[in-house]
Amino acid sequence: MAAVPFSYIARNLWVRRVTTALTAGGMALVVYVFATVLMMSEGIRSTLVATGQPDNVMVLRKGANAEINSGIERRQANILSTLPGVAADAQGRPLISAEPVVLISLPKRSNGKPSNVTVRGTSELGLQLRPGARIVEGRMFRPGTSEIVVGQATAAGFAGIDIGASLRFAGREWLIVGRIDAGRSGFDSEIWGDAEQMLQAFRRQAYSIVVFRLTEPGLFEATQALIDADPRLALEAKPEVRFYAEQSEALATFINILGLSLAVIFSIGAVVGAMITMFAAVASRIGEIGTLRALGFRRGAVLAAFMAESLLLSAVGGVLGLAAASVMQTVNVSTTNFQTFAELAFKFVLTPQIAVQALVFALAMGVVGGFIPAWRAARLEIVECLRAA
Amino acid sequence: MTALIRISHLSKGYVRGGQAIPVLLDIDLEVARGEFIALMGPSGSGKSTLLNLIAGIDKPSAGTIAIDGVDIAGLSEGELADWRAANVGFIFQFYNLLPVLSAFDNVELPLLLTNLSSRERHDRVAAMLGLVGLTDRADHYPSELSGGQQQRVAIARALVTDPVLIVADEPTGDLDRTTGEEVLSLLDQLVHELGKTIVMVTHDPKAAARAGRMVHLEKGVLVDEVPETIRGA
Amino acid sequence: MFMFRLLLKNAFRHKLRTLLTMVGLVVAISAFGLLRTIVDAWYAGVEGSSSTRLITRSNISLTFALPLNYIQRLRAVEGVTQVSWSNWFGGVYITERNFFPQFAVDPATYLPLYPEYKIDEAQKLAFLRDRQGVLVGRKLADKFGWKLGDPIPLRGTIYPGTWTFTLRAIWDGADAKTDESQLLMHWSYLNESVRQRAPGRADAVGVYILGIDEPNNAAMVSQRVDKLFANSLAETMTETEAAFQLSFVSMSEAILVAVQAVSLIIVMIIMAVMANTMTMTARERLAEYATLKALGFSPGFVVRLLFGESLLIAAIGGVAGLLLTIPLAAAFRSAVGTLFPVFQVSTLTMALQLAAALGVGAVAAAWPAWRMSRIDIVAGLRHVG
Repeated sequence: MAAVPFSYIARNLWVRRVTTALTAGGMALVVYVFATVLMMSEGIRSTLVATGQPDNVMVLRKGANAEINSGIERRQANILSTLPGVAADAQGRPLISAEPVVLISLPKRSNGKPSNVTVRGTSELGLQLRPGARIVEGRMFRPGTSEIVVGQATAAGFAGIDIGASLRFAGREWLIVGRIDAGRSGFDSEIWGDAEQMLQAFRRQAYSIVVFRLTEPGLFEATQALIDADPRLALEAKPEVRFYAEQSEALATFINILGLSLAVIFSIGAVVGAMITMFAAVASRIGEIGTLRALGFRRGAVLAAFMAESLLLSAVGGVLGLAAASVMQTVNVSTTNFQTFAELAFKFVLTPQIAVQALVFALAMGVVGGFIPAWRAARLEIVECLRAA
Repeated sequence: MTALIRISHLSKGYVRGGQAIPVLLDIDLEVARGEFIALMGPSGSGKSTLLNLIAGIDKPSAGTIAIDGVDIAGLSEGELADWRAANVGFIFQFYNLLPVLSAFDNVELPLLLTNLSSRERHDRVAAMLGLVGLTDRADHYPSELSGGQQQRVAIARALVTDPVLIVADEPTGDLDRTTGEEVLSLLDQLVHELGKTIVMVTHDPKAAARAGRMVHLEKGVLVDEVPETIRGA
Repeated sequence: MFMFRLLLKNAFRHKLRTLLTMVGLVVAISAFGLLRTIVDAWYAGVEGSSSTRLITRSNISLTFALPLNYIQRLRAVEGVTQVSWSNWFGGVYITERNFFPQFAVDPATYLPLYPEYKIDEAQKLAFLRDRQGVLVGRKLADKFGWKLGDPIPLRGTIYPGTWTFTLRAIWDGADAKTDESQLLMHWSYLNESVRQRAPGRADAVGVYILGIDEPNNAAMVSQRVDKLFANSLAETMTETEAAFQLSFVSMSEAILVAVQAVSLIIVMIIMAVMANTMTMTARERLAEYATLKALGFSPGFVVRLLFGESLLIAAIGGVAGLLLTIPLAAAFRSAVGTLFPVFQVSTLTMALQLAAALGVGAVAAAWPAWRMSRIDIVAGLRHVG
């Protein structure tokens, strides 16, 4: 079946530029919201997933759903360090770090309002356990001192966090000596200091969590079994990757549900716009439809022509919306993660998958909006068209 | 000359609001190959309907229309479309060119329904545009052409598939006298030099004068034919 | 009246297009209303706060406890009329999805600070007498179908273990703004258990709630309290309850800003759709409007026709959208439940919805109307539509 030439379809959109712009614009806005939401939850997910190492294990108190709710006593930490699966570093020290984790309240740079920042008591072993994190400015804090290092997102997002400055909390002045780049993971939003100093300053006797590396990832089940079996430890072990994935779940799910339901609602508006435009296109070209049919083009060709027009319109809208959404990649966002109660900085991440989903969504809008008008156009009788022209 | 069109007991009616409205009643008509025939009559006489039926863009309620041996009244919609593409060229009162396509593309349209290659189509279109004298306007859009020029493009389009039958609905209706004359001369050329058969609906006596035969319709029936010999004063 | 009928008939000449435009309007206006209501609900905690209550928390962050022995000194602060305290329990009722706030409080001092919780006397006594008893808000009880005397098990996350409580009393809020989605338990019961399991963590208070005599004194009293504990082991930060609630809201600020931006975007989308419709309408009616002008109607009349039609469609769509918002909000609330204790479509939202609809109607007609008013009669009459 011969098709109506593509130049006819494309030029018709161009000739009625204002209408095309308005309709495609509406679709672009919808695709922008749709893609941005997906990019946001992908950004959260990838930030938190980047935070986890495949051969690290996190241990928390049983039932604790966040680091700040968890407590591990010294003797329990000691028992963990004697587990058979724990790897050792170059100096032969067990690669295990017992860390107190607390939240302090600092004013954000953007609006001066206070937000919770994670402060983690750790050590040089702790830095080794997170190979994705490196000191990019200054140096690591010295053990036994009130020195701290800050994640790059914290440095950027909060006021007064520069190397050489002091932060006051827990009744002490803490000197900032270094900045960490943690490869866009959750650690970029943290402040690290000496674990023992933190315990003293916050007057805690117990650590929050223990993290250690396995000699090989396959040992996890066996190690977990050992921990579960020990009555002295009322603790729960998780692969670090899974732990952090779970930490982002609630927030990512919330954003997904809210955002996608909004996108669907908006798409109704955009589809209505497309339908109106296509109906008008058909109405204004009734004479042309009659001519094409008289010349011998089939009903199917007419249907295909108007569907193609609608799809082209929505493709334009889709590309524009996606382009606008991709600009969001330059934006830094941070929000409080409900689960950890702490500030988490992340970026909008555009993956090829999201781009495809956005374009498919746009085309779907084009199909839904264009179908009925195209169908009506194809159903017209030739003499009706020619008479109405 | 052999009969190209044989119409027998042709009737057409509509149903509107439960009422049956007859438009054509029991028409018999023969048109010879290479004839130039004008269908005339007051508005509502059914002449346009007859033209539509001959062109294959409408279906009769009863009767047969045999064109070049094929009874088009018995063809399915798809077959009719294919038949039109191969056998009919259309000329409309308001030219019916697609405004977003250039003159060249407009003329090429019917060829898209054939199996010709791009090169072959190009040559045919160029030849037709040359025939109507618009080679230098090939890239212009209808809005950039005068009424007469648009009609000539339409004529080129009507010829491009070398159809056996040309159907014209008020071809000079929107043109001034001079331009109308040019178009009519062109139509003459089609008949006398290319051997085309033309069935034309017209109100214009000048146009009718060019036709070899005038057929009158009134209230759906054929009334006195005015043969060439008597007319012409 | 003639004008109105003319507008109505004109609007529905092209039924399908007008209907589609209205559908778009209804969807957009109701979505706009729903989004605004969500944002309002987020701030509802702030709305419901009292101007005579202050919250004192650890200066470090909300996650740090304050010592119980601050009570005496707090009572002595000038301007403070009542001192109570509360700990966030943060337990899980069956699954994480059933989230609702749970606080351990000292009822004797807490309840007088919250007069908006209306409790039947007999129930209140039963709650006070049973240290394992809990007091819940009406909305929460209704959501889970709890009756007086029902056992309520909670899985502790901050205070580990399984805790079982008995429902002894239900409160009704004094007005629509009062939170009815909380569960209150006895602080002394919690404290005793903590003392047994982890003695170091006992006698620790989450926040202190202070009642003050005069709302105007809030800032002064706050400063007094914080000065009192400055340079101590547990420094405090005191603020009004409204400010305290706001600090929670600002944590999710990024999301709220996004939601508000999105509600603007949706209005823009529908404006584009409507502008499209009116432009098409105007284009089709070119010859008609030219005729009217030729007949002697003023250019202003034509403009009024176009505006009138646009505003009429917008008004009908807007009102329908507004009416749709109410059941939509109700459905959203029942889906989300206790996440938003107060979820109501405010009158301001409704006013804004109407304003948005009419605004869209006006803007959509602006450009076509301007073009129509300048139309040359002859050009218009010749135009073959």
